[in-house]
Amino acid sequence: MQLDIFLQSIATLANAAFLTIALTVPSLMVGFIISVPLAFMRASDSRYLSSAILTYTYVFRGTPLLVQLFLIYYGLGQIEVIRHSPLWVLLRDPFWCALLAFSLNSAAYTTELFRGAIQAVPRGLVEAAEAIGMSRLQRARLIVFPIAFRTALPSYTNEVIGLPKASSLASTVTLLEITGVARRLVSETFAPYEIFLAAGVIYLALTYLVTSVFRLLERYLAGAEPKVARNTAMLSLRRVSP
Amino acid sequence: MRNRSAITPVLRGVTLTAHRHEVICILGSSGSGKSTLLRCLNLLEVPNRGRMWALGERLKLREAVNGRGGAVLDRRQIQRVRASLGMVFQSFNLWPHRTILENVAEGPTHVLRQPRREAIGVAEQYLAQVGLADRRHHYPRHLSGGQQQRAGIARALAMEPAVLLFDEPTSALDPELTGEVLKVIRSLAEEGRTMLLVTHEIAFAREVSTRAAFMHDGKIEEEGPSQRLFLDPASERLRRFLQSHY
Repeated sequence: MQLDIFLQSIATLANAAFLTIALTVPSLMVGFIISVPLAFMRASDSRYLSSAILTYTYVFRGTPLLVQLFLIYYGLGQIEVIRHSPLWVLLRDPFWCALLAFSLNSAAYTTELFRGAIQAVPRGLVEAAEAIGMSRLQRARLIVFPIAFRTALPSYTNEVIGLPKASSLASTVTLLEITGVARRLVSETFAPYEIFLAAGVIYLALTYLVTSVFRLLERYLAGAEPKVARNTAMLSLRRVSP
Repeated sequence: MRNRSAITPVLRGVTLTAHRHEVICILGSSGSGKSTLLRCLNLLEVPNRGRMWALGERLKLREAVNGRGGAVLDRRQIQRVRASLGMVFQSFNLWPHRTILENVAEGPTHVLRQPRREAIGVAEQYLAQVGLADRRHHYPRHLSGGQQQRAGIARALAMEPAVLLFDEPTSALDPELTGEVLKVIRSLAEEGRTMLLVTHEIAFAREVSTRAAFMHDGKIEEEGPSQRLFLDPASERLRRFLQSHY
């Protein structure tokens, strides 16, 4: 292995990581924002509403992300109406196509994930919120979703870790994110080992960052200890012993 | 009032009126419909047929028709009524992601729309009343069952309800913890609060209630002032029920 090539490509690929981040962070945010209302509709008692959302999640979870990306990037341009619509400015750009594909895909997985967690919230906790006179929206916002989110967090972390790696598919629609740049470097230098190793290291670093943040979030949301429990326990011990 | 769960009617023609300052105990063996009756009152379960009034207001309900159960017609009305009926559950149902202070302050803040600071003040006052002032920053899972149930009572009280509904408040507790909860309920009865209490604690029911109703098979078998009902039950079934519980 040639260390200088490896180190050089680390530097180049670290730059390309900005595009990877620019693709994944907004996709995750859009995916999250879409998935919360969809998850509630999916969990609702209305069979029509639920199966409409199921159709969406079924299609996007049942087909490869690569196919979805190609359909959006190559396919939408075939449709006359879209080519003449103002949206075309965005949709002819591979970046926005990738962003759209990743957002819709992520939203589908996240919807099902949250749906399960919403349905797992114990009935009695919802009844307590109903009994106090909360509206449906208040129940969802203050009680059901916060509890469901805590349940879903470990699986949601998986979804968040998955997307930066899935975003390597963006290289197939000409985007020069980590994998795209790595492939170009390989074709210029013929040193696939060093370069793809460097790419792997960058992805690992991204994953490490994400997992650390989510571990902190998990710990924070668990409210691990009662806020003053330790203090009062100490005090009462001292008070009891003479 | 009639209610049907699945195929078997749970309540079959129940008429019950609670007046101000009354403490009504609802007795009966398991499956007699006591809890269902209580849950119908704040529409956690919607009766299939019948009429209901709360605080002088007729509740707008849709009767069940071919297969579709009864339903609430005016959601806002029901929310308003629920806010004035404090409910205490058998299994406490405190929200696990909130400290007990937040549990108690949630209703005043979001339903009564009191300013945050005011709601916290109200919550602290009621937590103190049930003897949990020093535990207010704890999460429910760090409290004993008795403490959780007292927090549940404080949560109901913080809404300043016109009526308190207790659904077997001590049934999920270890015997040595029921005392502290019953003490709180007794003090509320002494304050002259209007309460409906479903319980298996017969001796306690006799002591705190002004009126009692005995349910059997979805109907009120006997109803009357506690003093008479407990000492001189008219129905043979109630007589046997009371004997087996002493």
